[in-house]
Amino acid sequence: MNAPSVGLLPLFLASILTSNILLANFLGTCSFISISKDFKSSMGLGIAVTMVIGLCSAICWAVLNYLIKPLGIEYLSFIIFIIVIAGVVQMLEMIIDRFSPSLYMALGIFLPLITVNCAVLGVILFMQIRSYNFLQAVVFGFGSGAGWWLAIMLLASIRTKLDKNTAIPAGLKGTGITLVTIGFMAMAFIGFSGMIAVQ
Amino acid sequence: MSPILVGPLAVAGVSTVLAFIIAILDKFLNNYGQLDITINGKKTLNVKGGSPLLSTLAAEGIFVPSACGGRGSCGACKCKVLTDVGPHLPTEMPYMTPKEIEDKIRLACQVKVRKNLEIELPEELFSIKKFKAKVESLKDLTYDIKELYLALEDKQEIEFQAGQYVQLVVPPYGDIVESTQRAYSMSSRPSDKKHVELLIRLVPGGIATTWVHKHLKQGDTVEVVGPFGEFRIHNTQATMICVAGGSGMAPFKSMLNHMHETGAFPEKEIWYFFGARTQKDMFYLEELRQLASSWPRFHFVPALSEQPTSEEGWTGEVGLITDVLDRYLQGKVDKAKGFEGYLCGSPGMINACINVMKKNAMTEDKIYFDKFA
Repeated sequence: MNAPSVGLLPLFLASILTSNILLANFLGTCSFISISKDFKSSMGLGIAVTMVIGLCSAICWAVLNYLIKPLGIEYLSFIIFIIVIAGVVQMLEMIIDRFSPSLYMALGIFLPLITVNCAVLGVILFMQIRSYNFLQAVVFGFGSGAGWWLAIMLLASIRTKLDKNTAIPAGLKGTGITLVTIGFMAMAFIGFSGMIAVQ
Repeated sequence: MSPILVGPLAVAGVSTVLAFIIAILDKFLNNYGQLDITINGKKTLNVKGGSPLLSTLAAEGIFVPSACGGRGSCGACKCKVLTDVGPHLPTEMPYMTPKEIEDKIRLACQVKVRKNLEIELPEELFSIKKFKAKVESLKDLTYDIKELYLALEDKQEIEFQAGQYVQLVVPPYGDIVESTQRAYSMSSRPSDKKHVELLIRLVPGGIATTWVHKHLKQGDTVEVVGPFGEFRIHNTQATMICVAGGSGMAPFKSMLNHMHETGAFPEKEIWYFFGARTQKDMFYLEELRQLASSWPRFHFVPALSEQPTSEEGWTGEVGLITDVLDRYLQGKVDKAKGFEGYLCGSPGMINACINVMKKNAMTEDKIYFDKFA
């Protein structure tokens, strides 16, 4: 199958905005909800997720096209992608520990948890079924990561404001109002989906 | 090649390549080479980088006190790091006051040695040594408390003040693969310089206490590091109000024996409240009662928190140690010279006793204790 003829800039914008991995596809929501309490951690996690998705889509594109397809083992692609993601996260962890201990400590347990963040695998599987070429895969990967980052920063800002609001009923405080907020955000993002179609 | 083989081989191949890259990265990234640590601007150590400051210093024979053994849960291993090693980590923040953060105080167990460091340590830390010792006896005091009596080897002598503690080095055993250290107050007399005595209560699932209770035998060789700690008798005329439970007996055994033997601090009246649940948990009862009857300024108040049956023949107090303490502070104890509080036991007991003491007009700066987390 040939690569779709979508331009790189529309693809990048679409992956950030109209097909936002979090708010249009609802992938990677667990850490989205739990970390967005704190603005600083959201920033750290957003950077980490962007790096991991970007790197992994580039590496997995190569693995897909030079190993999985020639050998005809598409049925194993899930397992191989997961192994690659785990390996990349491990390397990233070591590199961050070396060069930015404070970011390393701030991310704490969440960096290894990115391994099982479904947004990462989701982006890679989209890349596979849409048959992107290498540049498209990289742009789509970084774009989706940036979209995730944007979404968590938006939610963190909203939650910082919400925390100060005393009008929220007790039963809705915390996760409840957060889910409602995410719903509104998702509607706003999906509202633009007709503008740029990504396939 | 058979299609059944291709899949597994491809997966194995990908895993191997990744593992190989990670191994190379680890060797390259975790290698900080030989680094210099300058202490107090005088002494310079040449060490291998990449490990926490606490263990790096320990390998050089400098033992910064740490009750938890480097897990970042006690906050004891504070030291001043003059070199900029980045902002305080979230793991350090709970143990730091704003003043300490400004003074560049760090937890030695959380600072990794990544470059040449300049640090400041109190001079007395250099007198802390690692001692090799043989288990001379290991006695059951109750069903869950053992008295561990260690004889120091190689003609070594330990100089300490009654109330201080040592770290017992627990080697790897069973499923425990890493050596660790735990703090225990010394119950031996300071004049007995060739021995160290510890009282150790079995904590279910505890690494060190399980080792002492289930694995250690008479004649075994162990290592202790010390002495550490600020818990000691203060040279005033105030009456000592000592409260302990369980193995918290240890520092008071040392203090009482020391004062009785040397006649130190002759002005001080001593009240010792010792709490246990049942008579099964009580120990050293006879020794302490004898001491109290032959030594006028010492008063011993043992108390059981559970009502004993009549055939047990209990003659001491009954009630929670805090209630007993409250009763005595309001009535029997002479208030003329003022009080000093000395506490040793679980954090819960210590906090409860502090509240009772504060209620009885004792101030917090005169209440002393070691909290082992």
